[in-house]
Amino acid sequence: MKERLEELQAEALTKVEEAIYLSDLQDIRVAYLGKKGPITEVLRGMGKLSKEERPVIGELANKVREAIATELDAKKERLEKEELEKKLETETIDVTLPGRPVKVGGPHLLTSIVEEIEDLFIGMGFEVREGPEVETDYYNFEALNLPKGHPARDMQDSFYITEELLLRTHTSPVQARTMGEYQGAKPVKMICPGKVYRRDTDDATHSHQFTQVEGLYVDKNVRMSDLKGVLNQFAKQFFGEDREIRLRPSFFPFTEPSVEMDISCKVCHGHGCSVCKGTGWIEILGGGMVHPRVLEMAGYDPKEYNGFAFGMGPERIAMLKYGVDDIRHFYTNDVRFLKQYHKA
Amino acid sequence: MYVSLNWLKEYVDIGTITPEELAEKITKSGIEVEGIEYVAEQSSNVVVGYVQECEKHPNADKLNLCQVDVGEEQLQIICGAPNIAKGQKVAVAKPGAVLPGNFKIKKAKLRGVESNGMICSLQELGIEEKFVPKEYAEGIFVFPEETEVGADALALLNLHDAILELGLTPNRSDALSMLGVAYEVGAILDVPVRLPKEEVNVSSEIAADYVSVKVDTELNPYYGAFVIKDIQIGPSPLWMRNYLIAAGIRPINNVVDITNYVLLEYGQPLHAFDYDQFGSNEIVVRRAKDGEQMVTLDGQERTLKSSHLVITNGTIPTAMAGVMGGANSEVSNQTKTVLLEAAYFDPAAVRTASKDHGLRSESSSRFEKGVDPNRVKKAGQRACQLLSQYANGTVLSGVVEFDQLDKSAATIEIDSTEVNNRLGTEIDNDEIGDILRKLEFEFKQNGNLFSITIPTRRQDITIFEDMVEEIARIFGYDNLPYTLPQGASQAGGLTERQQLKRDVKNYLQGAGLMETITYSLTSKERAELLISPEVKGKVDSPVQLAMPMSEEHSTLRLSILPELLASMSYNSARKQTNIGYYEVGTVFLSDETTISKQPEERLRVSGALTGDWITHPWQQEKKAVDFFVVKGIVEGLLEKLNLTATYKQAKMDGLHPGRTAQILIKDVAVGFIGQVHPSLQDSFDLKDTYVFDLDLEFIFTIHENEPSFAKIPRYPSISRDIALVVDEHVHAGDVKATILKAGGELIKEVQVFDVYQGEHLETGKKSLAFNILYLDPERTLKDEEVEKSYQAILDAVKKAHQAQLRA
Ligand SMILES: [Zn+2]
Repeated sequence: MKERLEELQAEALTKVEEAIYLSDLQDIRVAYLGKKGPITEVLRGMGKLSKEERPVIGELANKVREAIATELDAKKERLEKEELEKKLETETIDVTLPGRPVKVGGPHLLTSIVEEIEDLFIGMGFEVREGPEVETDYYNFEALNLPKGHPARDMQDSFYITEELLLRTHTSPVQARTMGEYQGAKPVKMICPGKVYRRDTDDATHSHQFTQVEGLYVDKNVRMSDLKGVLNQFAKQFFGEDREIRLRPSFFPFTEPSVEMDISCKVCHGHGCSVCKGTGWIEILGGGMVHPRVLEMAGYDPKEYNGFAFGMGPERIAMLKYGVDDIRHFYTNDVRFLKQYHKA
Repeated sequence: MYVSLNWLKEYVDIGTITPEELAEKITKSGIEVEGIEYVAEQSSNVVVGYVQECEKHPNADKLNLCQVDVGEEQLQIICGAPNIAKGQKVAVAKPGAVLPGNFKIKKAKLRGVESNGMICSLQELGIEEKFVPKEYAEGIFVFPEETEVGADALALLNLHDAILELGLTPNRSDALSMLGVAYEVGAILDVPVRLPKEEVNVSSEIAADYVSVKVDTELNPYYGAFVIKDIQIGPSPLWMRNYLIAAGIRPINNVVDITNYVLLEYGQPLHAFDYDQFGSNEIVVRRAKDGEQMVTLDGQERTLKSSHLVITNGTIPTAMAGVMGGANSEVSNQTKTVLLEAAYFDPAAVRTASKDHGLRSESSSRFEKGVDPNRVKKAGQRACQLLSQYANGTVLSGVVEFDQLDKSAATIEIDSTEVNNRLGTEIDNDEIGDILRKLEFEFKQNGNLFSITIPTRRQDITIFEDMVEEIARIFGYDNLPYTLPQGASQAGGLTERQQLKRDVKNYLQGAGLMETITYSLTSKERAELLISPEVKGKVDSPVQLAMPMSEEHSTLRLSILPELLASMSYNSARKQTNIGYYEVGTVFLSDETTISKQPEERLRVSGALTGDWITHPWQQEKKAVDFFVVKGIVEGLLEKLNLTATYKQAKMDGLHPGRTAQILIKDVAVGFIGQVHPSLQDSFDLKDTYVFDLDLEFIFTIHENEPSFAKIPRYPSISRDIALVVDEHVHAGDVKATILKAGGELIKEVQVFDVYQGEHLETGKKSLAFNILYLDPERTLKDEEVEKSYQAILDAVKKAHQAQLRA
């Protein structure tokens, strides 16, 4: 009997070995381990054996069963895996085909720049203020020390609607309005971004509509060195730590002293190149100490309060930072132009 | 202002500094040097030649064959200039010479005859045509007889000079003169200024016997008249012509050139009349009469107003004061006696006249900024001196004048501590004194107190702050320290409205739209298009500019959409046909027919979409933009803002009559969605285009501030579907409203999931299928409750919409 069992084991294992399909394994299982299978048959004949032989053969029969079952399971697992692999193989796709495009929009380059400037100054404790685009002559000019007939009004020829109303030529009226609102009673720390309008014929460097961001800081004991410090901090954060600034005297009716700020040229680091017209510097903004007349008209006592103001043009900054060569691009809204700066 | 460095050196010793270094210093001290011009930078080898012989070219009518003595040698040169003649001294570019534009002169054969060089015109030497004296404009330049043969012609023409181009800010009119620039450079380099002398020998005859001066207006506080006899009109000296050309003024004749020279030197405009043509011996300055006429030097007939100031001979105008002289008394080649005017005219009056007549002259641009009251008479005297020297003039004794001009200098007191406090510096008193000395400002010092006499040439310095700037710029802005404000710090931040504006933009960008910025000024025609009903209701007509530069940008927008469509049109012309745009911006509402107050500015958001929204060709997936793509974007936006809107079928000008929805929030009209009307689309050359437009101003005011914390439900929801057959004109939105109303508070959400029309349905009917979601956040729902609600819904839709349950 022992021989018979060993023979059966060898036979079954060979069949398992040769099996190709999962169904073959099931057949083998039924054939050898089933209730009508040869091992069961052998065990049925155990009654003829001696007392001593019985447990030995029983144990052997169980071992044979186990060996066949283990091998069946192992083979099953193997075949199943192969089958899955075959199935997956048939599901192969061409991964080089393009994906389904996701519709992505994005901000206008000017918005990105304005928001970046806003966020930098917010970080320095400034609030953001807005004001009307159609302004009164008073707020646009007179409150800024530009009385009627002042020669500096020529610097910014304007679009008038009536004699007293015009499209604002700068965002400075927002400064006058904010100071007026605070009634000379508390410090002002604000920036005001917005659209402004001037009587210019649109060409590569002029636009009848453009953007400005202006800042105002009014408090007791404000120094011109504070203006220099704040603008330096802004320039380094916005344009990069390696950039230097320099201030030059200039003139604006609403500031005294007045400054123009240059930053060192990114291309040549101050040595002079075609981008900076050989000077090593690029003009970036204007500003100065708020003129006492402006403070006075807004209700601030210039003996007690003083401050600084500055203004810059995001178009110009964008043109310098991203090499935009024509200001009209900002307003033509060519899809290809807009898209180019969505990651900017 | 163009400043010849050679000319400048006559007043101030600039030492060995290079033009570039000087320019840098000037710029950093406050006057921007916008450029440096070297006329003859590349030129060389041009000498003075004497034309010994000049004959017709044997083979060409228009050419001359010249033998020219250039000092060391004699050259045969062929010249085509019509004014070439034997005996002239001319500029000769020798073989090997280089002229502007890198033009190299070589030996050549012209029509068979050898030519060894070129006789030059001023243009060929690099001088702009408009500055070339008229007599040489068509030909070569001729040097004065006494010029040395073989000398460097470029030097004689002052072409080795460097010319600084100053970009002057309106306050620095003092630098509209060579003397003013000399003071500036003197302060920068710490060298003194040498002033010209105005002395002149005068005749025993007295000017007052020749002319009287009467001023009938407060707008002319000083008028001085000089009389110069025996004038011989001719060219001015070469050096003077050179300087005028460098400054950008064309030489005319000695009298005119001298008045221009003094204008540039002193910054004081002068005017020379022909005494014999003046028409009387009485000068009367007065306001013009309204409608009075005169012909100015440029031959133009001018109609005057009482705001303009005129010089008259007692009867008729002979000059428009400070702006331009009259043709009737103009200096000509026949002039023998010159009546010279040196005056101070009211800046605003000159500005008005110059503006009204569109005449901005070298004179008016100086008068309108205010000239130095102490230089007016001196400038007249300087001109007399030069007329005597270079026009053979005999200067009559005395100046006939009217003088009520305040020539006093202002005094400004400064405390050095206050100056330092303002600047954030520690400049000591000695250094402040030194700066004032460099500026040539007189002052008295008492400890920290400086009492400064402001020279009248510096009309721009009137208050403490002006002096602070003056000290700071000579001290050097570079030397100011970097500090940060000492005031109490505050937290900066965006207001809720500003944050919402950013949120709206971010949402729309996330939804696939690109932000645009278009012009607020549009054409009158476009301003009438696609105005949202709630805007239209508040507006009389679009706001117009008083004097637009073009019709295209003449009117303030009432809707962002027309310019947005124009931008799309620009793109579609460039084969960019799949576009999704949005813009957030202001529109301008006025309810007035004649504008008297600022229009209301309301923030709106508009979008326009056209072409394909999704294209994924190899999977055959392609979806064109349609109404519901746009509506989905709008719904998402409002959901983000915690707002619920209703959409009402509407008709609007410019939109498809069957594909337009008005948007209402809390029963207030806030905008619309729609397809652009095909005929409007055509006018923009666009294919199917869908737009939306919303009143952000209103939305921001009612937007629910508190975010509603929708808790994750802890109890299960129950879902029911209902399919209804209704008339095809019944709106799904209305049915949904009925369901919500009838179904009770347990309904969490109602969604349309199927719309069907066609087979198995009666003609004129459609089937609408809704999914109704029931939820009670506090407990588990019972089936009976849901069943009850469902029945109520069925009854209600039957009643309201004659709806039948679909079999
Ligand atoms: Zn550079």
